[in-house]
Amino acid sequence: MPEEVKKKRITDVGPHDYHDYLSPMIKKNYGKWAYHEILDPGTMVHVAENGDKLYTVRMGSPRLVSSGFVRDISDMADKYCGGYLRFTTRNNVEFLLENEKNIEPLKKDLEKLGYNVGGIGNVVANIVHTQGWVHCHTSASDASGVVKSVMDELYEYFVEDKLPSKVRIAFACCLNMCGSVASSDIAILGTHRKPPKINHERLVNLCEVPSTIAACPTNSIRPEMVGDKKSVRVNEETCVFCGSCYTVCPAMPIADAENDGLSIWVGGKVSNARTKPTFSKLVVPFIPNEPPRWDKAVQAVKTILEAYKKGAEPGERVIEWIERIGWSRFFKITGFEFTKYHVDDFRLAETSMNYSSHARF
Amino acid sequence: MGKKHETPLLDELKKGKWISFVREMERAAEKSERTEDLLGQVEESYRDKITHWKHGGMAGVRGYGAGMVGRFSEFPEKYPGVKECHSIRLNQTSGFFYNSDVLRKLADIADQHAGGLFNFHGSTGDIQILGLTQADAEDLFQKSAELGFDLGGSGSDLRTPSCCVGPARCEFANYDTLQICYDLTHAFQDELHRPSFNYKFKMKFSGCANDCVAAASRSDLAFIGTWQDNIKINQGEVKNYVKKFNVQKYVLDKCPTKCMWFEGENLVIDDSNCVKCMHCINEMPKALKSGDQKGLSILIGAKAPLVTGPRMGMMLIPFYDVHEDSKNDYEWLKGLISNMWEFWDEYGVSRERIGELIARVGLVTFLEGIGLEPTIDMVREPRSNPFIKFEDEEAGAE
Repeated sequence: MPEEVKKKRITDVGPHDYHDYLSPMIKKNYGKWAYHEILDPGTMVHVAENGDKLYTVRMGSPRLVSSGFVRDISDMADKYCGGYLRFTTRNNVEFLLENEKNIEPLKKDLEKLGYNVGGIGNVVANIVHTQGWVHCHTSASDASGVVKSVMDELYEYFVEDKLPSKVRIAFACCLNMCGSVASSDIAILGTHRKPPKINHERLVNLCEVPSTIAACPTNSIRPEMVGDKKSVRVNEETCVFCGSCYTVCPAMPIADAENDGLSIWVGGKVSNARTKPTFSKLVVPFIPNEPPRWDKAVQAVKTILEAYKKGAEPGERVIEWIERIGWSRFFKITGFEFTKYHVDDFRLAETSMNYSSHARF
Repeated sequence: MGKKHETPLLDELKKGKWISFVREMERAAEKSERTEDLLGQVEESYRDKITHWKHGGMAGVRGYGAGMVGRFSEFPEKYPGVKECHSIRLNQTSGFFYNSDVLRKLADIADQHAGGLFNFHGSTGDIQILGLTQADAEDLFQKSAELGFDLGGSGSDLRTPSCCVGPARCEFANYDTLQICYDLTHAFQDELHRPSFNYKFKMKFSGCANDCVAAASRSDLAFIGTWQDNIKINQGEVKNYVKKFNVQKYVLDKCPTKCMWFEGENLVIDDSNCVKCMHCINEMPKALKSGDQKGLSILIGAKAPLVTGPRMGMMLIPFYDVHEDSKNDYEWLKGLISNMWEFWDEYGVSRERIGELIARVGLVTFLEGIGLEPTIDMVREPRSNPFIKFEDEEAGAE
């Protein structure tokens, strides 16, 4: 049997050829689109050079989905789109329609099945997020639950175009920052506040000491003999609770039910439009985990969003608004406390200081 | 059926308007009873406010060193359905295009061999199927491969490349993001399936500077579409936009280089000062189009904070003629990538991303290593400190 298996095994075939999944209209107008228009927050139309029109209906998704979800959207694609559909880079589903008359029936069908249509234009689109307690061992919080709680609260901003510009929200359950937390308009990040606990008994068997030492961004780990066992010591004065050592060394768990939680960041973007791409910056250093609804974190996000909605000019992304009014005013308007934790003290931190007499009173 | 668990905390998350992942997990559990235990364990995490997955864990398929993420429950006796709860990454299609037929087949595979649960999609781009055991892996892999879906990357390898929707449905696309993503993924199958690098390496392809796949923030090598010649202006359509909104305030005044103005009723652009930021084209897509000499910029080194701090992609190649090079099967680009990987292999250390290596050895050393000349587009401004390492031959021998 094993020989037989070896012979027939398929390997290194790569991804499926995408051409097989492009609708006839997309194939015909590939690279020949003239312009697009947003019809409403759930629908847009792309017009080809030859006048062909392709309608897109965008549907929200929790990203973590069942086979039933996959069959639901397949049924909808069969009924309205010749079986073709796609996903977006923010994990929404897009139905690609050739017949304008199908738009409303499709939306009604989706609504009946409990799905949300929206996410196009000056809206809060889907929240890019991670594994959390559903599948990851280094998470400081849960991804799916926080995202569900935030999207429930901000639902009107997904289905209605009510903001000065688009607002990208992202979530990561630890500072590995899988996804786009590092550069989103509003970002929620799982955060630890205590150093790792060291299992000296087992460390030498489970971990490679040099790579554990090298994993630390603040050089806080040193080799040490504990009794007759090789182990490590963590300088708790300089440890920043990043959890990187646990990633490489299972004997250094850092998760802590009472001291783990979330931090909130703002003002990142990846687009080059007008201003250059930039990182998200710290607003709230710590909010405790409050499953299942994470009320304080949700309210912090909402506070930022509403202040932005009120203060920004049309077309301004969050960072453009903040840079126009200044960070001091941003903190004043939103009511968040500016603390010593907001002052960067990592490598090259001084690049974020104010080398001028510019101040706002 | 697996044992039903009480989930009062998760049940709260079935309420509200946004589609509920708890509902999805419950639907999956109807098809695959091991997901009942996943619900039970996640409920316990909600109660305890802590993850209940054991550290790491090896899982995989024969012949590959990548594509599966091993995961084991802390409470295998209480939740036997997730004693082993691995996820497997399937390489998505370029642009995430599918049809109903293949999605249903993937749904059947997930029900039969895993927990009936997916992530559509993982952040890097892969389709993730959640909740399989090592014993399921071979069947799941081969059935997916029969559908034409190989595994994606994981570990210290080339991770699954990903791209924006590109020319399939966007008038802004300056090159065929789907095709180059597909071509390079196929060209580097070995590097993707069999980890041989110091650390992970990601590639992402965006058709323009709007960067809809966030390449410049989320990939070690980012490909961002651009053009070299003049923006094409349809003056008639400009006039239509002028009737609709304040073009001066919201387009011209927002131009980062102030290279646009009106002469009479005609819009004029000084293209020599345009940085291809996309703002004016975004605002007036009917009136303005990118030029005809299309290609892409290549940015290098983006990464998340660990270990030496977060980095954005920095300009490496201002203009790469992808159309010309694709005719030669990307000979020039593959040469450049292979030079980078060789330099990284030679001088990088374990778990050092290529952006960290460049920061450590200096950009010029890196450029010399891969055979590129420094150009002014690589820097925001020239250095302001005088600690210059002149080379001996330039200073003259004593």
